[in-house]
Amino acid sequence: MLEKISTSSIRPASADLYDWDELVQEDRVHRLIYTDPAIFEAELTNIWGAVWVYLGHDSQIPNNNDYVTTRLGLRPIILLRDSQGKIRALFNRCTHRGTTLCRLERGNAFQFVCPYHGWSFLNTGKLRAVPWPDGYACDFKDAKFNVAQVPRVDSYRGFIFGTLNPDAPPLLDYLGGITGPIDEWLDRNPGGKVVVCEANRLKYKGNWKLAYDNSGDGYHVVFSHRSLLEMENRLADEANKGMSYYKGSPDSKAMYMRYTGNGHHFKDKRPNIEKRAGGLWAVEGPAPGSEHYEAEFRRRFGAKADDILDLAGSEPVNINVFPNLSLLGNHIQVFDPISVDETNVTWFGTRVVDADGTLGDALDEINALRMRTQEQFPNFGEVDDLANFEEIQRGLACLEDEWVYMHRGLGIPGRVKTDAKGEVTAPATDEAFMREYIHEWKRLMKASPSLVVQREV
Amino acid sequence: MQPARDPSLTSYYVTDAFYRELIASFADWQRDDRLITDAAERDRFRGLIEREARLLDQLDFDRWLAMYAPECIYWVPGTPDGGDPRREIAMSFDDRRRMEDRIYRLRTGYAWSQAPKSRTVRMIGNVEVFEEASANKRMVRSNFLIGEFRPDGVRFLSGWCGHRFVERDGRWEIEVRQVNLIDCDQNLRNPSIVI
Repeated sequence: MLEKISTSSIRPASADLYDWDELVQEDRVHRLIYTDPAIFEAELTNIWGAVWVYLGHDSQIPNNNDYVTTRLGLRPIILLRDSQGKIRALFNRCTHRGTTLCRLERGNAFQFVCPYHGWSFLNTGKLRAVPWPDGYACDFKDAKFNVAQVPRVDSYRGFIFGTLNPDAPPLLDYLGGITGPIDEWLDRNPGGKVVVCEANRLKYKGNWKLAYDNSGDGYHVVFSHRSLLEMENRLADEANKGMSYYKGSPDSKAMYMRYTGNGHHFKDKRPNIEKRAGGLWAVEGPAPGSEHYEAEFRRRFGAKADDILDLAGSEPVNINVFPNLSLLGNHIQVFDPISVDETNVTWFGTRVVDADGTLGDALDEINALRMRTQEQFPNFGEVDDLANFEEIQRGLACLEDEWVYMHRGLGIPGRVKTDAKGEVTAPATDEAFMREYIHEWKRLMKASPSLVVQREV
Repeated sequence: MQPARDPSLTSYYVTDAFYRELIASFADWQRDDRLITDAAERDRFRGLIEREARLLDQLDFDRWLAMYAPECIYWVPGTPDGGDPRREIAMSFDDRRRMEDRIYRLRTGYAWSQAPKSRTVRMIGNVEVFEEASANKRMVRSNFLIGEFRPDGVRFLSGWCGHRFVERDGRWEIEVRQVNLIDCDQNLRNPSIVI
């Protein structure tokens, strides 16, 4: 059983900090939302505590007692599958003196023993033992000595989320329309499954929202990624590799962006690709092993080779789940704030499993190729975006030049369409998703969520 | 007759057998019973690794690439034990063509992460040479410290390299370079230089 404990409200409510309608306007936002430590501090409650935040993937903790350490905003978290198989997100904090209980990034443990004074806790969070208990007058059966944990942890098809907000909608409602793209992203893989397999781990000196602003940005591609596009097409007969479809007049192409609500949005570039087996592989840039594996699969699997090769192709979508999850290509990208002007961006790689026995001995080979195609963008694309995010943060030091614009597509009749469900669709380079999500951010910053933690009783 | 395949244009040598051999070769090689203590031999490889460091500091990528065997790998693992690159993402795992991609990109003038270019200085030390299963190959461990200047300051990257050298036509070439950053499994800021 779990007991819910409200957190005290020592800090002033975020709602009183600013006139949020002044900071976030229809077409622009104030520089302070990226630079003000007080706003960052408020976000830790109003965003990172109050909405469902992505914590990790099922495949990172496949067995009972498996754990990984992660964070919820700045709160250190042990995400684990307890001895009974239940997924929990424990605060990584001893109830005695506040010491973190677990310092490793992953492992398997039925208990955590505090290195400082030896208090031990089961992986349910329950206090197991305290050294020399006869020195205490208290009753250690009191729930307050059990480790605090995230009261609501839920998952959607392997993606594990948590929130401290008892008033947040159920996870499925929160995800809403973005589950459709997530399903399609998963279902192109055998058995509808992927397994996380290490990561390209990057960071930048800039606010976390600069990454989320960029996550659906089709406007920057040919400029920020010019070196990548030139590189991956340097040997091509036809310059159609990677995101080449952004060249010329991208807004006339069939790709589009869609805002699905609650801060989530989706960039669908699949309509640019030939809809046939092998269509995705045909536009994948060169990777170590490309020609060998292609020839090998064609020799061994004939017509089926195209389907296998497509598994190493980068799925041309950006599925962005507010505030910190982005599925793109074959990556699970996670944004992780460190401070107002420092953010981790982790590109978890995924491999496929042979769920239905169709891959057979091609499994390791297609995964080997899939690892190499996934290393391309973080090495040759993302680094340039992160450099540009850092330069935004530097530019925003100009105190008197207050506004940052996100008005591309705004005010052009017929360009941005809202359907009956309230989903917003616009051409690929529009900033409509930015305007929509930042207004959701504003709504959240105006709110006064009552966050809770839970403890075993 | 088939025309000779050009590893700069076509990736034909990164195969399942290639990966298996690579993983086996890099599994357990830093062993005292394989250590070559001959000073002249050690000096030869130290000289090659110091030259490579200088060429990278000078951004002389053509001469740098020329130190490598035609079929080569530049490998920066994302885990401290190297991991299995068939099943895990590496920071980088470049064959010759991708090494040339990397250089090409840096030279486009549009690689914003390297605009302006980093200035680097590399210190190489603790060079140890080990026997390899093939008589015409050597494994070499060296530690490195790279000072990297960007406009907001100097930072240091450190770690160790495992070079696999092969002797071909009387010349020792680099067949594999595994670069092991001590913080390879942590989030790194702007890792856009050739490490």
